Amino acid sequence: MPINLIVNGTPHALDVEPEMPLLWALRETLGLTGTKFACGISACGACTVHLDGRPVRSCVLPISAADGKNVTTIEGLAPGGGLLHKVQQAWIANQVPQCGYCQSGMIMAVAALLAETPTPSDEQIDASLTNVCRCGTFVRVRAAIHAAAADHGATS
Amino acid sequence: MNKWTRRAFIGAGTVAGGGFLLGAGCFTFAPSRHSLVSADAAAKGQLTTWITITPDNLINILIPHCEMGQGTPTALAMMAAEELAADWPLIRVQEAPALDEYANGYVVRALGGGYVPAMLGRGVDYGAYKLMEWVGMQVTGGSTAVRGTGEWGMRVAGAAAREMLQAAAAQQWNVPAGECVARASRITHAASGRSSTFGELARAAATQEVPATPALKHPDSFTIRRTSAQRLDIPAKVDGSAIYAIDFTMPGMLYAAVAIAPVQGGKLLSVDTTSAESMPGVKQVVKLDEAVAVVADSFWRARRALSALEPAFSDAGHGNVSTASIFAAFDHALGAPPAVPKNAAKVITADYRVPFLAHATMEPMACTVKVDGDRAVVWTGVQDPLNARSTAAKALDLDPENVRLTNFLLGGGFGRRLPYTFDYVDLAARIAKAASPVPVKTIWTRENDLQHDYYRGAAMSRHAGALDANGAPLAAHSNYTGGGDGESTFMPYAIADKDTDEKKAAHPIRPGQWRSVLNSQHGFFKESFIDEMAHAAGKDPFEFRRGLLGGQPRFKAALEKVAAMSGWGTPLPAGEGRGIAICESFGSIAAEVVHVAVSPAGQLKVKHVYAAVDCGDVVNLDGATAQVEGGIVFALSAALLSEITIANGRIVETNFRDYPMIHIADAPAVTTAFIRSDAPLGGLGEPPVPPLAPALTNAIFAATGIRVRQLPIKNTPLQTT
Repeated sequence: MPINLIVNGTPHALDVEPEMPLLWALRETLGLTGTKFACGISACGACTVHLDGRPVRSCVLPISAADGKNVTTIEGLAPGGGLLHKVQQAWIANQVPQCGYCQSGMIMAVAALLAETPTPSDEQIDASLTNVCRCGTFVRVRAAIHAAAADHGATS
Repeated sequence: MNKWTRRAFIGAGTVAGGGFLLGAGCFTFAPSRHSLVSADAAAKGQLTTWITITPDNLINILIPHCEMGQGTPTALAMMAAEELAADWPLIRVQEAPALDEYANGYVVRALGGGYVPAMLGRGVDYGAYKLMEWVGMQVTGGSTAVRGTGEWGMRVAGAAAREMLQAAAAQQWNVPAGECVARASRITHAASGRSSTFGELARAAATQEVPATPALKHPDSFTIRRTSAQRLDIPAKVDGSAIYAIDFTMPGMLYAAVAIAPVQGGKLLSVDTTSAESMPGVKQVVKLDEAVAVVADSFWRARRALSALEPAFSDAGHGNVSTASIFAAFDHALGAPPAVPKNAAKVITADYRVPFLAHATMEPMACTVKVDGDRAVVWTGVQDPLNARSTAAKALDLDPENVRLTNFLLGGGFGRRLPYTFDYVDLAARIAKAASPVPVKTIWTRENDLQHDYYRGAAMSRHAGALDANGAPLAAHSNYTGGGDGESTFMPYAIADKDTDEKKAAHPIRPGQWRSVLNSQHGFFKESFIDEMAHAAGKDPFEFRRGLLGGQPRFKAALEKVAAMSGWGTPLPAGEGRGIAICESFGSIAAEVVHVAVSPAGQLKVKHVYAAVDCGDVVNLDGATAQVEGGIVFALSAALLSEITIANGRIVETNFRDYPMIHIADAPAVTTAFIRSDAPLGGLGEPPVPPLAPALTNAIFAATGIRVRQLPIKNTPLQTT
C-alpha cells in the first residue's frame, strides 16, 4: 500500500516502508534536500517541516503518520511568484544564517510559531524554539523573529 | 617546486565561453601558472586566476576558500571589488576548484616582492604560522583568509585588473591613462566625456601588460570595505536551495551507513553479515580494517541493516583509558605547584581543567565517491579540498591527478574538516571502491560524528602567583598539560617574573583543532588566574589588568573599551556580577565582559556579553559582527555544557541528548564594537572564542564568590543558600 501525501501542494504516492521517517522520504525519494538530517533523534530541529500546518521533527516521524496529510517543507514555504515568506525575508534582512545548515528547520519552526502567535514575546520565543544552531546565530534569530512579527503587511 | 616569478602569475587572456579573463591570479597564488598559459590554455578553460569580467559586465571572482558560515567569500570579493572600483551588485563569487593552482601559502614566496605581508614578518601567531606550513594546500582555517588571501592576494588582483582596464580605455581614446577614472564598473574620461563599462573594455584590457605592483587604495578612500554588505551565500540558505555535501545526489547512487571501531585504533575482529544482507534495499556489506559498512538504496535502509549487525572490534590496547585515568596522568605530570619567590607577602595557587570537546558541526560528515578503474570523483565538504583529494587518492591507491573533488558548502567546520582529519573521506573512498563503479554516498550519523571526532584536547594547568604587600604582582608561574604554544600562553601583563612550562602526559584520544585551537584552553587558564590574583590583591579585576598593560596599548585600549561599553563598575543587584577577560589570538585582540545573574538556588543566567575587538580593521562590518556574536555563543555552549568523556577507551557521549547545545533561551544579548588600529588585519573566526569562558567564570565569582575552575560549568554547583 503506497503512502499518500501532499508535499508543497503536490500529491505523491510513495511505495516505502511505513516506518521510514518522513525526513528520508523527503530527501531521498522526493529529492527535497532543504530539510536536513543532523541528529536523528528529534533533539535539534534541523529536520522541522509542517504537517497540516503544525511543526514536526521529520527525522523521527514515521511516514505513515503523514499518510493523507499536507506536508510543507522549506522549499514550499514561500507563497510563490518570486515572493518569499516574511520569515525568509526577515532572515535575509537580518543576515541570520552562517553555515545555514540548521536554518531550514529554524525558519520552519519560526513560521509555525508566528502562525500560532503572531507577535511573540521573548519569553514565548524562548519557550517554543528549541532548535540547535552551532554557529550561534541566536542573537539574529531573535531580532529577525521580532522583525517578521512586525511585518504585518507582508505575505505570511 | 615551481620557480617564483611574479610575471608568471599575473596574466590575462580569453576565457572559453566568451568571457574575458582579467587581472588574473595575483602573486600569492597560482604558482604553476606558467605551465598553464600555453597557447590552448584558455581554450581548455583552464582558469588559473581569480577575476573574470564578462561581456555583460558581470565580474566573477573565484575564491580559493570554502564557505562554512564565516562569510569569507563575500569579504574577499569586497576586497577585490574595492581595488577594482567595481559596482558591488555586479559581483558574483564561486569557490575555486580543487586544483594545485589554487593552493594557498604561496604568500611565503612573495617575501621580497612588492608587498611584504607584515603578518608573516611577525611570525608569532598560530594562523600565520599555519599559512606558512600549509604551502601547497587549499586550507580555510587559522582565521587566515581575509588577512592572508584577501590582503595580499585579492587586493592586488583587483588593483591589477583596474589598471589594465584604465590602460585599455586610454589606448582606445588616445588619452593619458592617468586621466581615465575607474568607478562603479565604468572607466570615464571627464575631459572628452567618454565612458565605457568594464565589460565593454574587458577584451582590450585582457591584452594589456599586467602591472607588477599596481597601486593600492588608501584605506581612507574605501567605499566598499568597512561597509556592511549582504552575504552572497545567504539567499540560498533561506529557501532550501543551498547544497551541502550531504545533499549531493546523482543517478544510480547508493548510500552507506558505517560502524567504526568504538575505541580509536581498534580493528574489526568479526561480523556475521547474513542478517543484514537479506534486508530490503541492501546491496552489499563492506568489511574494512576498522569498520563495517552497509550499502543500500537508501540511507535509512542502510542504517537499519547496519543496526542488525553485531560487529566485534578490538580495543587497540586502550580499553582501560578513562577520563579519570587521563586527568590522573595530567595531575601526576604537573607535580607540585611551580615555585614562586619566597619573599612574597601573599602566594596563591590554583588548578584549572578543561574537558575534551567535539566539533559537532550541524551537518554530519558526508562524502560521495565514484571509483571507476584508475579514476575517482569525490563530492564532499572540507576545509582543504587538496588534502582531501590526496586522502581519497591514497585510500584508493590512485594518483591524485586522477582524482577529481568537488567541494560544497560546509554545514559547519570549526576545525573538524581540516587537513589530516579526513577520515570520513578515507572511509567513503574505501566503501565506494568495494561498490565500484557505482557511486556511494557515505553519511555519518550524529553518533559516528561525536564518537569519531578529532577532539579539542582536555588539558590541565597548575598556577602559582605571588603578590607584594601592596598587592602588586611579583610572579605568575604555571605548568600545563595538553599542549600550548607561544601565542596561546602569552600573558600581556607587566609582571616581572612570568613563566609557563609544558608537561607531557600522553593519552590515545586523537587530537584536533577546535575553533581557536590552543587558545580555547589557555585563554581560560591565564585569564582565570589573573582574575584570582586581582581578587587576592584586593583590587578590581579590570583596574588590576589595566594597571599591568601600560606597555601594551592595543590590549589596554580594548580592555578600556569593553569596560566602558558594559558599564563596568556601576552597581548591580545582589546575585548579579560582571567578569572580564582579554586574549590575543590569530592576530586580533578580543576583550569581553560577561554579565550574569545567579539565583540563590544556583540557576545561572547569562544576560549580556560585550565584546571589543581589535582586528586592525574590518572588511564587512556586519559579517564581522556576526562572527563575534557566533563565536561568543559557540564558546558559551561549550563553557556551560560541553564535555566529551571516556570510559573503557570509548567516547561516552552519543548524540545531542548527552552532548547538548544551548538554545535561544540561553543565548545572551551580545554587543560588539570594533577598534580600528594601525595593526595588520587580524582574524575574526576564532578570536572571539577564548575570552568568553574566563569572562563568564569571573562573572560567576563576582556574583556568588564561587570560583569555577573546571569546565563545563554545569559540573560546579552554584547555589549560595
